[in-house]
Amino acid sequence: MSKELVGVIGAGSFGTAVSNILAKNVNVLLYARNPETFAEISKSRISAGQKLDDNVEVTNSLEDLPQQCNVLFPVIPSSSFKDMIKELAPHLRPYHMMIHGTKGLHLEYPEKRSHDFVLNKDCLFTMSELIRKETVVVRVGCMAGPNLASELSLGHPAATVIASPFTEVVAKGKSLLRSESFQVYGNSDLRGVELCGVLKNIIAIGSGILSGLGLGENSRGLLVSRGLVEMIYLGKALGGEISSFVGLAGIGDLVATTTSTNSRNYTLGHKIGKGATLDQALSEMDETAEGVNTIKIVKQLAESQGLKPLITDTLHKILFEDMTAEQGVNYLMRYQGNIDINFL
Amino acid sequence: MQQISKDYKKQKFDQVLPGGINEWPVVELSRNREAFIKEVAEESIRRIKAQNKSRDALIEEIETTVYREKLRIKRNPWAVDPPDEQKFLNSVKARLVDISNSDEEEEKNRILDQILSEFVIRYADEIAGNFKKSRYRMARSIVTFGFARLLNASRARGFWSIFSTQYTLQDKIHITGQVDQIRTLAKKGTIIMVPTHFSNLDSILIGWVINALGLPAFIYGAGLNLFNIKIFAYFMNSLGAYKVDRRKKNMLYLETLKTYSSMAIQKGCHSLFFPGGTRSRSGQIEKRLKLGLLSTAIEAQRINYQKGKRDELEKIFVVPVTLNYNFVLEAPSLIKQYLKLQGQERYYVENDEYSTSYKISAFLLKFFTKGSDISVSIGRAMDVLGNFVDDQGQSYDKSGRVIDTQEYFTHDGKIISSNPQREDEYTRMLSERIVEEYHKINKVFASHLVAFTAFVIFQRQFKKLDLYNLLRLPEEDLSIPYEEFKTAFESVLAKVHRMYNAGEIGVSPYLTGDVDKIINHGLKNVGMYHAKRPLIKTKRGDITTQDLNLLYYYHNRLSGYNLEKYV
Repeated sequence: MSKELVGVIGAGSFGTAVSNILAKNVNVLLYARNPETFAEISKSRISAGQKLDDNVEVTNSLEDLPQQCNVLFPVIPSSSFKDMIKELAPHLRPYHMMIHGTKGLHLEYPEKRSHDFVLNKDCLFTMSELIRKETVVVRVGCMAGPNLASELSLGHPAATVIASPFTEVVAKGKSLLRSESFQVYGNSDLRGVELCGVLKNIIAIGSGILSGLGLGENSRGLLVSRGLVEMIYLGKALGGEISSFVGLAGIGDLVATTTSTNSRNYTLGHKIGKGATLDQALSEMDETAEGVNTIKIVKQLAESQGLKPLITDTLHKILFEDMTAEQGVNYLMRYQGNIDINFL
Repeated sequence: MQQISKDYKKQKFDQVLPGGINEWPVVELSRNREAFIKEVAEESIRRIKAQNKSRDALIEEIETTVYREKLRIKRNPWAVDPPDEQKFLNSVKARLVDISNSDEEEEKNRILDQILSEFVIRYADEIAGNFKKSRYRMARSIVTFGFARLLNASRARGFWSIFSTQYTLQDKIHITGQVDQIRTLAKKGTIIMVPTHFSNLDSILIGWVINALGLPAFIYGAGLNLFNIKIFAYFMNSLGAYKVDRRKKNMLYLETLKTYSSMAIQKGCHSLFFPGGTRSRSGQIEKRLKLGLLSTAIEAQRINYQKGKRDELEKIFVVPVTLNYNFVLEAPSLIKQYLKLQGQERYYVENDEYSTSYKISAFLLKFFTKGSDISVSIGRAMDVLGNFVDDQGQSYDKSGRVIDTQEYFTHDGKIISSNPQREDEYTRMLSERIVEEYHKINKVFASHLVAFTAFVIFQRQFKKLDLYNLLRLPEEDLSIPYEEFKTAFESVLAKVHRMYNAGEIGVSPYLTGDVDKIINHGLKNVGMYHAKRPLIKTKRGDITTQDLNLLYYYHNRLSGYNLEKYV
């Protein structure tokens, strides 16, 4: 019997890792946008430094995926998500299921802005909301959790959360991804889980900066725990449930990305801690560090909504204004400590 | 009265089904009432058993039902309740004891099946409507003829004008919106009309609207409490109502009710739900809808697809409708209940002001003899997933691409699967779409806007007070200088017109022209028949209130649009 064919959009390191995990259970059609990358992968069978499983087929034509697959995994940077989804939309049908692995946000201003326009929650879209907005696909989910691509590719034990209000999406995601080295959990709070993945990148950059400055583990412990409180504070304001933040996608992912040199956001922060400017740090990176864009978006939104995320504000000053990393740390340390936990 | 706007249609509509009343699905249904009840009962029993797999679970479910039903009879008895209820429950109880004493498996199952079936048949029989076409015709002419006489007598002069035909109900009730579309779709498809619910009058009003549009009768769930009153019961039975008893929250009843609705929709009966479940107590447009009955629309659509009904025009179409009043008779008690419930959640006994026929007649007389207009906005039809459909019943996405609704129920575009959790989620999505449409088609009346403006100004004046403390202020302390009121009103009005131009809300034709006139029109109409008026002008020309709770109620109609900052 021929195996089911599942689509993966994006041949970056995470997209490739996801393809290989899926390939243990099903056949995979992997889309690479760039024609040269596509040619390269087809020839060498190596994508983003990872050997492709034999069950993975590569394509350069986006519409092949919705035509041949019923389940799609978009795994691309949030900055190109909207263009991709708009290109895909005419080929999508209500029976398609989409489970994305993009940990970023999309900010969209209304077409006509009245003079009294204020940025609000309605302008903020998670990737699943972008899918819902631009396509007819309703059965949407996301995968999030401590899934560093480089470790996944080595087959180390790991786990992920599939979040969707539809249990059938969770069940499908489980059956497709589950293997002896990969655990899959379910969660119905889609927005909350997406926000976990998105917001933890902010803290990961902060953690990188601390290590770049050589400030040790106590400071990291401090940042991670205060960072979690800030994630929950923002996450609640943006419509997630607290419980998701103490799960695999929240604290699980936070621990992994704030300690691993394999994390892009951590690496970016590390360079800045060592004294690089944002532009310098970005130019040394191969792949997108979502946290940079997230800090920008959350900062804007927080201002218009009267939220005060301390760590995000400080990081914004370090990345985009003229505060140095040391000044940032000093500023945070001088800040009057508040009640430890006030959300439970 | 001249035509005030071309948007307001005053025309006579032909019946959409030229074959007449005998072709209506609801007539077909009532002709086979007994058979249909049996069908519903069988299906309900199947569903109840599917949810309670073991015998013990089923016994527990029945025991809970008996307990709750006994409690209901004791605490909250109504005139419509069948007299033998107590006896029936006792007999069930006795037989449950028999089951636990019996040793024979077969005997146990037999008794249990018997109990379940008796329960469900009782419920199905109570729920089922009793549509009679002769009575429908009669009720229809009473409503149309009677009201028209009243109107003419009050508006024109002299005794003989009672026979005048100058005014008809359509002068009183303006129907606007997607009238042609609903008529077209009703010919082949099944319409689920979902109106907002502010007043008990809605049930009769909407019945008249459906008839005035030339549509076949709809079946609709009406609160069983309304059947306590003979005159209401008569009208509603004849207009195709089936009964919904909000006191019965047990699973057996709810499952039977949903099955009844689903199967009637599958048979092509146009249906009407007030998806808010009950009248809006706060005066706000419903934000959260009851999902129970709404889910039957989605289920029925899926079952129809499974039966192979693929014709786009034979789909199920959801049509949101808003009813807009200047005056809601029940407003004082509704808002009181709302505030009480908000303050502290607790059980309270449902009682209502439509308790006697006298009160209703008095109200109807007032309503038809004095000028308070009502408008009914018919929204665009959607499929059960909330996508707009065209006149051919074809669904479209937001970018105008064609959608095949059936594909929402499949994984591969081919095999239709039943998945209750998926359908629950679809129901939630549909309800969000309905609420979104309500806000768009809602019509702003001058009376809503004056109430809104005044209440927000009062809130500003007493910034430090929370809602409850504000509402406790003596009315004498509250007053707004006219000029201040007018400036604020103009600002909100401008925003409302901008929103109207952007298609985000509807406006009444009275909302254009000279601002003083608009304000006066609003003041004159807002809650016009209440003993204490929500808003008046003092002799000095200031704006003040006689009843702040009522003002809050009428203000709420425009909450949720973020208009506060424009005041």
